[in-house]
Amino acid sequence: MTRVSPSAPASLMKGFIGLLARIGRLFLGFLAATGRLALFVPMVLRHCFTPPFYPRLIVQQMVSIGYFSLPVVGLTAVFTGMVLVLQTYTGFARFSAESAVPNVLVISITRELGPVLAGLMIAGRVGAAIAAEIGTMRVTEQIDALTTLSTNPFKYLIAPRVIAGVTMLPLLVLVADSIGVFGGYVISVYNLGFNPTLYLKNSWGFVTQIDIISGLVKAALFGFIVTVMGCYHGYHSKGGAQGVGAATTTSVVSSSILILCSNYFVASLFFGT
Amino acid sequence: MSQKIRIRDLRKSFGSKTVLDGVSLDLEAHQSLVIIGGSGSGKSVLLKCILGLLRPDSGQIEIDGEDVIAASPARRSLLNQRMGMLFQNGALFDSLTVWENVAFGLMEGRGMPRHDARVVAIKKLAQVGLEEQVGELRPSEISGGMQKRVGLARAIATDPEVIFFDEPTTGLDPIMGDIINDLIVRCVKEAKASALTITHDMASARKIGDRIAMLYQGKIIWSGAAAEIEQSHSPHVDQFIHGRAEGPIKMAVRA
Repeated sequence: MTRVSPSAPASLMKGFIGLLARIGRLFLGFLAATGRLALFVPMVLRHCFTPPFYPRLIVQQMVSIGYFSLPVVGLTAVFTGMVLVLQTYTGFARFSAESAVPNVLVISITRELGPVLAGLMIAGRVGAAIAAEIGTMRVTEQIDALTTLSTNPFKYLIAPRVIAGVTMLPLLVLVADSIGVFGGYVISVYNLGFNPTLYLKNSWGFVTQIDIISGLVKAALFGFIVTVMGCYHGYHSKGGAQGVGAATTTSVVSSSILILCSNYFVASLFFGT
Repeated sequence: MSQKIRIRDLRKSFGSKTVLDGVSLDLEAHQSLVIIGGSGSGKSVLLKCILGLLRPDSGQIEIDGEDVIAASPARRSLLNQRMGMLFQNGALFDSLTVWENVAFGLMEGRGMPRHDARVVAIKKLAQVGLEEQVGELRPSEISGGMQKRVGLARAIATDPEVIFFDEPTTGLDPIMGDIINDLIVRCVKEAKASALTITHDMASARKIGDRIAMLYQGKIIWSGAAAEIEQSHSPHVDQFIHGRAEGPIKMAVRA
């Protein structure tokens, strides 16, 4: 048995208004963050192209973003290529189109899976590390210390990471493309009985320059997104360990979402009708 | 005596919370000024405004007669070369070794070659009582007192004209605190610099300061020679320097 109190409509109303207020605050917060980011990105770009540059730091970041991401990206690519061949084969076999498997694989890897999966893995590996490192520097006043030592934190911390991200991701994606196609090749030839020569010929003959170039353009964009989001959230983190943790999470989530969204738009720029 | 830093009617608010409510202050050349005040009285904000890390809402900050609030980032960076800062928790760069931390301002700020900067860094480390071997360690591998010394060495490495100290003795045991106080006094004298210290440690304030000013609710409520602080005739100052819970200063304590 339930008893309805006379003030039920009033409290319902109050709850409803509270809900609206929360939605409003969330929306305002979102707008504020967008505005801050819109100011942040031009600053980053300006400092990437004006001296002083820190070559030593850029190389250091290239090694940590590019070279040390090779295992992660390679593993992702090889297994993606393998499973893609397996699934396309069983699907295409239903209407006797198995011979199209190499073509589908090479197009999917170079156009989409190579850049997107590499981008997402880098968002997790590199974006999180950048946000955590810069965030810790922020909450321990190391960024303030840089300024008092006449060093611009945008040039010293952010520009090297962004430059390294934009240049290294395309290289990583080239590697991912090759390894992904190789993974598909191994399964096709040793498991599904394809002719090796014919498989390679079909792959090479089918892929065009624009397939690869579109993937590399995406990769550069994803490199920019990941490093800028990592730097932005780290730079604006506050409130000790918890703040740094939140910055790391937000950086990975936001750059992953931005990667997937911008992926569609770049693809439609290249291949849209 | 000429004024090194001249602050007039400085105001800064965060949202509806007023932190600095018209601060006026003078730092004479070769003088050591200590600003005392409770937690949340706006000491750190004042320091960050002077260093250009925060932009005040209104008021004037002049360094050697030059208004620095409107200074361009490039000008600001040049001004900062003449200043040194010891942060409360050191703020040492943990990705660099101790000597690289000390030499940072020389290498990155002034473009001194690594080898020469290292020589200076080792000299400055010796000045704060640290051996050359410590220079090769990382900041995380040394104790809190040593980190404070490294921070001090970094602050004086570029032979600045003004040195800022943010709560230099916080988090140290009383003996180490006194050692740091002695070092600060000596370094400021040797460098012929002016010093601005913010602290709530009265032992430290008496030792370091030629003059003391008290910040309360965003205003300077008393200032005078360090020796005169016992006869301030201000109940606020008396309560603070004797550390009494009862008095005109009511700390915001949540029940």
